[in-house]
Amino acid sequence: MDFTLSDEQLMFSETARTLFADSCTPDHWRKMMEAGVARDDARWASIVETGLTLVLLPEEAGGIGLGETDFALIAQEAGYVALPEPLVESAGVAAPMLAALAPDSEMLADPSATIAIQHPSNPYVANADSAAAIILHDGGEAYLVTPDQVTLTAQPSIDPFRRLFSVEWDKANATPLGKADWDLAFDRAALFNAAFGLGLAQRSVDLAVDYAKERQQFGKPIGSYQAVKHHLASAQVAIEFAKPVVAAAAAEIGARDVQARARVSHAKLVALEAADKAARASIQVHGAMGYSWEVDVHLFLKRTVALTQTWGTPSTHRARIATRIFTQPMGPDQTFAREHENA
Amino acid sequence: MDLTYTPEQQAFRAEVRSWLEAHVPKHPLEHFDATREGFEAHREWEKTLKSGDWGMVTWPKEYGGRGLDLIQWLIFEEEYYRAGAPGRVNQNGIFLLGPTLIEFGTHEQKQRFLPKMASGEEIWAQAWSEPMAGSDLAGVRATAVRDGDDYILNGHKIWSSRAVFADWAFGLFREPGSERHKGMSLVFFPLDAPGATVNAIKKINGHVGFAEIFLENVRVPAFNRLGDEGQGWHICMATAGFERGLMLRSPARYQVAAKKLATLWQANKETADPALEADVVRAHMNADAYALNIYQTASRLMAGAKIGPEASTNKIFWSELDIHLTQTALNILGPQAELTHDAPDAGAVDWIDDYIFALAGPIYAGSNEIQRNIIAERMLGLPR
Repeated sequence: MDFTLSDEQLMFSETARTLFADSCTPDHWRKMMEAGVARDDARWASIVETGLTLVLLPEEAGGIGLGETDFALIAQEAGYVALPEPLVESAGVAAPMLAALAPDSEMLADPSATIAIQHPSNPYVANADSAAAIILHDGGEAYLVTPDQVTLTAQPSIDPFRRLFSVEWDKANATPLGKADWDLAFDRAALFNAAFGLGLAQRSVDLAVDYAKERQQFGKPIGSYQAVKHHLASAQVAIEFAKPVVAAAAAEIGARDVQARARVSHAKLVALEAADKAARASIQVHGAMGYSWEVDVHLFLKRTVALTQTWGTPSTHRARIATRIFTQPMGPDQTFAREHENA
Repeated sequence: MDLTYTPEQQAFRAEVRSWLEAHVPKHPLEHFDATREGFEAHREWEKTLKSGDWGMVTWPKEYGGRGLDLIQWLIFEEEYYRAGAPGRVNQNGIFLLGPTLIEFGTHEQKQRFLPKMASGEEIWAQAWSEPMAGSDLAGVRATAVRDGDDYILNGHKIWSSRAVFADWAFGLFREPGSERHKGMSLVFFPLDAPGATVNAIKKINGHVGFAEIFLENVRVPAFNRLGDEGQGWHICMATAGFERGLMLRSPARYQVAAKKLATLWQANKETADPALEADVVRAHMNADAYALNIYQTASRLMAGAKIGPEASTNKIFWSELDIHLTQTALNILGPQAELTHDAPDAGAVDWIDDYIFALAGPIYAGSNEIQRNIIAERMLGLPR
């Protein structure tokens, strides 16, 4: 039993943090919003060069072959900057699925290509227009298309960097990939979006802390008032008790049992609840400024809203936890229990 | 990262389980805060525990422990709560003062106090608060005046848990004339010392769980001071860290409660509001998250880290989850929620008593308002 990260894991997340801090500031987003784009090619190139998109890919598909814990740490750092590019869905979900189905696919040969994914749990495909390829589903089978082989209808999201599309397609134009592991895709997406949510949450708190130290009312920084402190402390409590759940979910996802699924769902629920609590506390602490376009918090709020409802709604995830509770033994000796041990 | 138990850890769990199965009393003991008999029955249980060498497994062997690590402690606690073993009447000693003594005490002090603490021979109360020093603990006015090799203690302590029936207490005393965080020392005193008067205070559940203590020229040897003279505040904060961060509330306690809640829900789901299932799920999630957080903390401490201000997040989390959990049970019980355990229709679990007890959680061990201040100031860096 050891619930600590290795030095290599910490180093990798540090690398990601530095890269994102330099290349993905609010100024960067604002320029992208003005230009109406959702992908910064220079930033994506540096993400690719650093190897962040290769973490989960097996070595035979040109990847690094690390695990979900490693990728979750990167996703958390991406959340801290509300990264516009689809790192989670492309490198965390779609590319590993494609590598499992078609390791020789030419779409994997270009490391800078992003791959979008349609999943039975989601009505729309995110960032399909800028993807080199889209994985589509039909009756449990996966198909690969390029965006020009399908009809994309934009479904604008409140989050300017989530470009959602309805997809109309014809099997005749698609490359069949065979039966795919949609459940693994779902669990990975839920897990990495949970990790992303931890990053969103911490940034919302940090933005509010910076503001509350500076902003003066009644002759003192507003951060010295307990009413302000307690909003942010409560958000931090939510973050601190989501973190170990995300870490455990990442460590256990490979078990593929009812406990592992419940823990992924738990992680998704509490990390995005923490992000919601933090974003709303942050807006409140910023006062009227927090409701303005000019202050950056709203982007963290909007991403939180989007990720909360996608890749399984809260009630979907609660139902998976209920299944664990009502079909498996409960109690203090069951924290790390596995389904097969209880069979 | 490896979230599996080693074969040694599994063997240890089996050892704890089989010992507890053979020794845990078949019928629940009367609560230790209810009567002297209940208190003494719990002392006897502590002696039984010690006979199996289970008094405080993490302490060094020479001081009455087993020299085990924090993961083993968690396993012990899991089995302890799973077995439904009696509450630890000496928790002020074994969970708060004990770890502090191990960190700050001299070898002689450890030899004198720890083994008797681990065996239940001496049961401890805390004496932190005073009428004018609650959340503002640095407002302590009780004094310790040096007189040769002794201290003369004077003052008025209040809300002292277990003090009604306990043997010893530890508290903060200041050098006369000193102010705020300076000049305080942590001193132990016997509750039956000449000049010490203990008056019970009834809690809202009717138990005499705490007391006020009047000290009039109580003489104790300077040996009873923990750490250096004037270092009391620093030591007190370390004690609070153990209390809030790790030891006071085992995750196992809430995991057992969440399991009982799920059982209650299963038995009542045909008649109860279906929306309550979400609360049952939430109670499990909270207990699970708390357990994972504590496992993570234990791993960090074993890797050499120290408990910091994040301990305050724990205290808020477990106290709030406890209220949510027990209130969910009351919502499931509906019109039977108010029945006491004496009612013919009462169920096996005394949920109303658990709920009333849970309401104290946000107050004791430093109110949750104070914890939020600590988080805001010391974790987030907001100004005082």
